Amino acid sequence: MADNNMVESRHPWKAWLYLAPALVLLAIFTVWPIINTIRMAFLENYSGLKAVGGATFKFGIGNFTKVIKYKKFVQCLKNTVLICFLTVPISTALALLISVALNSIKWFQKPLQTIFFLPYVTNSIAIGMVFAAMFNIVGSFYGTENQLIVTAGIINNVIQFFGGQPVNWINYGSSYAANIAVMTIYIVWNALPFKILILLGGLQSVNKQYYDAAKVDGTSKARIFGRITVPLLSPMIAYVVITGFIGGFKEYTSIVGIFGESMGPADDAKRLNTMVGFVYDSLSTNNQGRASAAALILFGLILVVTLLELYVSKKKVHY
Amino acid sequence: MKVELQNLTKIFPSRNKNANEEVVAVNDFTFTIPDGTLVGLLGPSGCGKSTTLYMICGLQKPSSGKIFFGDDDVTQLPPENRGVGLVFQNYALYPHMTVKQNILFPLQNLKGADKLSKEQMLERAYEVAKIVQIDNLMERKPSELSGGQQQRVAIARALVKMPRVLLLDEPLSNLDARLRLQTREEIKRIQRETKITTVFVTHDQEEAMSISDMIVVMKLGVVQQIGKPQDVYSSPANLFVAKFLGTPPINVFNGCVKGEKVYIGSEAVADAKGIADQEVSIGIRPEGFILKDDGPFTVNLSNVEVMGRDVSIVATHECSANPTIRAIIDADNVIADDVKTVRFSIKPNKIFLFNKETEERIYVEGK
Repeated sequence: MADNNMVESRHPWKAWLYLAPALVLLAIFTVWPIINTIRMAFLENYSGLKAVGGATFKFGIGNFTKVIKYKKFVQCLKNTVLICFLTVPISTALALLISVALNSIKWFQKPLQTIFFLPYVTNSIAIGMVFAAMFNIVGSFYGTENQLIVTAGIINNVIQFFGGQPVNWINYGSSYAANIAVMTIYIVWNALPFKILILLGGLQSVNKQYYDAAKVDGTSKARIFGRITVPLLSPMIAYVVITGFIGGFKEYTSIVGIFGESMGPADDAKRLNTMVGFVYDSLSTNNQGRASAAALILFGLILVVTLLELYVSKKKVHY
Repeated sequence: MKVELQNLTKIFPSRNKNANEEVVAVNDFTFTIPDGTLVGLLGPSGCGKSTTLYMICGLQKPSSGKIFFGDDDVTQLPPENRGVGLVFQNYALYPHMTVKQNILFPLQNLKGADKLSKEQMLERAYEVAKIVQIDNLMERKPSELSGGQQQRVAIARALVKMPRVLLLDEPLSNLDARLRLQTREEIKRIQRETKITTVFVTHDQEEAMSISDMIVVMKLGVVQQIGKPQDVYSSPANLFVAKFLGTPPINVFNGCVKGEKVYIGSEAVADAKGIADQEVSIGIRPEGFILKDDGPFTVNLSNVEVMGRDVSIVATHECSANPTIRAIIDADNVIADDVKTVRFSIKPNKIFLFNKETEERIYVEGK
């Protein structure tokens, strides 16, 4: 120990030298942007253009009050929250069921695992385009006898095959509910692999003797699941829920994947825009102040939800 | 409840389909466990004792043979319909439940006519908790308990549904030496109080000897000897059993029988009435030596360990199968420091002869 201390005190700059590359990069690309975002959020009507002109900006909370009153922003907030609260519970529940099923089968487990994992390594824009094609309608949805529907997309084909009416999922004139339904299916499917990976890993590390003990005691399958599997998996479940919400609040690419940059059907563009989308839009129209304020609101929202989840998990999660 | 095992056999198929490497874990095990007894399955690891336990429990299906509980054939029944309580080696207490919830868990599974009301369940849980003396720990989580307490909770959980048979898998192996002594008395007491037929598995002969009514010594899936602990100890059926039981272990010598006398080297150490001349393995229990100046058996003294109550003599002999011989004699005996050799006579009921090849016991007349 004495030797170590001597070396440390003789060359304290060496440690800093080794740390420097990481520290410099962190400072430039993480610390300063955060500080700058906070600064811009409180400079009223701040825009990059005006700054060039040498104008000064009043310090205040004007950006925040403006953003909150902004109709588009409220719509984005609504979409984001709706997507979060729809997709996270659904994808978590599905992932739990799938991983329990995968864990209990012996043969074909590996190929199935691979299949379920595929969306994880696939580009989400590409997936979005495929999904758009599946839900798409080429030709007019309100086709009269003269206007033939060329294709109604594979989903509508299936619906029609079972005798149902085709649904206008994402095209001109589609309903908000139909849009959200498509988004939910797509995001859930996209979110499954990571969750399955985590939960399956958790399941495989559960001591098999708990199940043997439960079996000797004549526990039903449902009770084993509810009273043993879920509690023992609770740390992993908490983890996928928390990261799921964080991911959900940052949702943007999946909307672009399906609707393109219009972020909505042609007759109502931007209808499905999200918080992150709002930030991007504000930036592209040189409203840095507004964008920063929206980003901080998003940050606050994620923080509150995560703290809430941590609070709940403290009571419910067994570590 | 009497438990009857008939020609019980368990064969594990070989992992490699091409190679013929199947493992016979338990081979043709037939034994009737009398009602209300505590039976210890004893053997080195890999001898099939745990497999036997799991077959009685129902977690593993026998390859052939039958299991009866009383007159019921339970061979094909799943564990939950057998009425067994199983205590796992590492207890397998549900970590997220309190002690109370753990004990209540099996009761909450009961269905139909057996279903109990909440009050009845609690009553039963506290009753059992009292027997194993953990009724003051009911609100704790397993992680907040010591190993011995966890063990008791596991026993309570197994007992609470009033099983016909209680099964314990290496019940003491996770406890420290002191707790082990205490807990084995405890298991014996609980078994006496509940009068439940109990089977437990152990590799520790001392543990098995101290609490079992009967012990079953196994080796490589084959039962070597069944009997009361003292009987098995004082009359081992073969060299394996003789070596496996007893601490310090039995001393084994290579010798021969000549003219109805047992020879170790050139010294005739005991009589062997009615035994034909042959090479034999000779086992002598450490307590079978008597220090005697004109005794027939001479050994080279290497060390004397005085342990209060008795004295342990460590010696060597050219015919010994082990590097050293250990003899335990009364502490009243005094051995001078400069002594190089000591002479013993041997208690006739502490010396056993075994066939050189088969290692089976050769019984001497009049013993």
